[in-house]
Amino acid sequence: MEPFDPQVAVVAVAEAVKAQSAQVVILSQSANGRALLGRLAARLDAGSVSGVNALPAVASGFQAAKPVFGGKAQAIYTLTSPIKVLSLAGNTLQPEQTGAEAPVEALSIALPASRIQVRSVSKVEGTVPLPEAEVVVSGGRGLKGPEHWGILEELAEALGATTACSRPVADAGWRPHHEHVGQTGIAIRPNLYIAAGISGAIQHLAGVNSSKTIVVINKDPEAPFFKAADYGVVGDLFEVLPRLTAAVKKYKENRG
Amino acid sequence: MKILVCVSKTPDTTAKIAFNGAGTELDANGVQFIMNPYDEWYALVRAIELQEAFGGTVTLLNVGTEANDTIIRKGLAIGATDAIRVHAEPQSALYVARQIAHIAQAEGYDLIFMGKETIDFNGAEVGAMVAELLDLPFISFASKLTMPDPQTAVVLRDIEGGAEELELSTPFVLSASKGMAEQRIPNMRGIMMAKTKPLKVAEPIPAKDLAVAAHFTLPSGKSSVKLIDPEHMEELVRLLHEEAKVI
Repeated sequence: MEPFDPQVAVVAVAEAVKAQSAQVVILSQSANGRALLGRLAARLDAGSVSGVNALPAVASGFQAAKPVFGGKAQAIYTLTSPIKVLSLAGNTLQPEQTGAEAPVEALSIALPASRIQVRSVSKVEGTVPLPEAEVVVSGGRGLKGPEHWGILEELAEALGATTACSRPVADAGWRPHHEHVGQTGIAIRPNLYIAAGISGAIQHLAGVNSSKTIVVINKDPEAPFFKAADYGVVGDLFEVLPRLTAAVKKYKENRG
Repeated sequence: MKILVCVSKTPDTTAKIAFNGAGTELDANGVQFIMNPYDEWYALVRAIELQEAFGGTVTLLNVGTEANDTIIRKGLAIGATDAIRVHAEPQSALYVARQIAHIAQAEGYDLIFMGKETIDFNGAEVGAMVAELLDLPFISFASKLTMPDPQTAVVLRDIEGGAEELELSTPFVLSASKGMAEQRIPNMRGIMMAKTKPLKVAEPIPAKDLAVAAHFTLPSGKSSVKLIDPEHMEELVRLLHEEAKVI
């Protein structure tokens, strides 16, 4: 089925759920996964939670946890329906190879025609999308203009990272809107988040504070972001970023 | 053109989030409640723009108690035609979706709008549920909507790392993200007019809560930040590798 239309996909997935008597359906926390989640829950009269970020607990009832209030808190949902539908946030569970074979069964299902016509798709090629990125390098107003993004991109390249930005940067048109992370942009949880020239407003923190490790580079020692950081560098990012890039390159060379 | 805009009440984006002692509900002390920004700035304003262009009505719909009338009146002040409040205390997305679908089924709207998600529960579930219950197409995370005629829509939709341009016919359900419209501040005339605009209170239909946020926790604070000399970035790289184990 191409292109993806949740209104069509839901028919197929719901049939598969019934054929398998599945009790839990797990989807990805992507734009399409989230659209499918709601449809499936309504179609199967199932309890649903989007953006689950931990393995559900089943000791006393079925419980699934997710970040709420834009990442300011965590909620534990209790699901009471026979079928549960969850979408799982990126980087939640590490894959484990068991060597077991999963049989693939073909189902023949009549699907309705899509009522949506896709005219075009524009996608940035060659980088890992932000919600899936393990390392993210992000810039704020401290970079002083879009022409200075090169030093940030060089660090991102050295680390194999995806670039992101703060809201003022996206609002000013320095960077595309889809790079905006924070409460009103994308919420991310990479293993490593490096923020350069971002003061750390509460709305920005909400979207990134689930990151495993946070590095903050800012010349203002009073920047609130330092309170949420694991490592801080108080200094001029125009000097610190190239130095960090060089150190990363050297480290990668030494490791061969 | 008959447009329905579904709105939620959420804590303000700058609100300090805390919970009661048992961790079962939000501590509303000192919290200012607002209309969910995605519902207000993007879904509602775009709906009003379309109504200005093509004529018709913009109806606000909220599922909640009378405490929500303040934000409903604000929506009317911004320019909605009338409002319906389903009198209930919603506990789950599917409950809310069933109320919305019930109203929409009876009224037959050309367009059903809402924000891409609420800023409290960040679910982005209700739009897809409403669309499924009404068997309508659903466009989520729409950042631009143009209508060359009242039956045809061209929509730009945010996807991971980019966007897609879609075309479809009314009726459909849409959730709006940033870019859809510019925030409107209600003027004095709008505020005065809002006081007399119809706000109908409807009784909820029976629906089950199958997934309920039963318990809340706050993230444990980071132990204090480790400061690194800006001259010695190789030390930061070493710590990221040996201590944090992230590179």
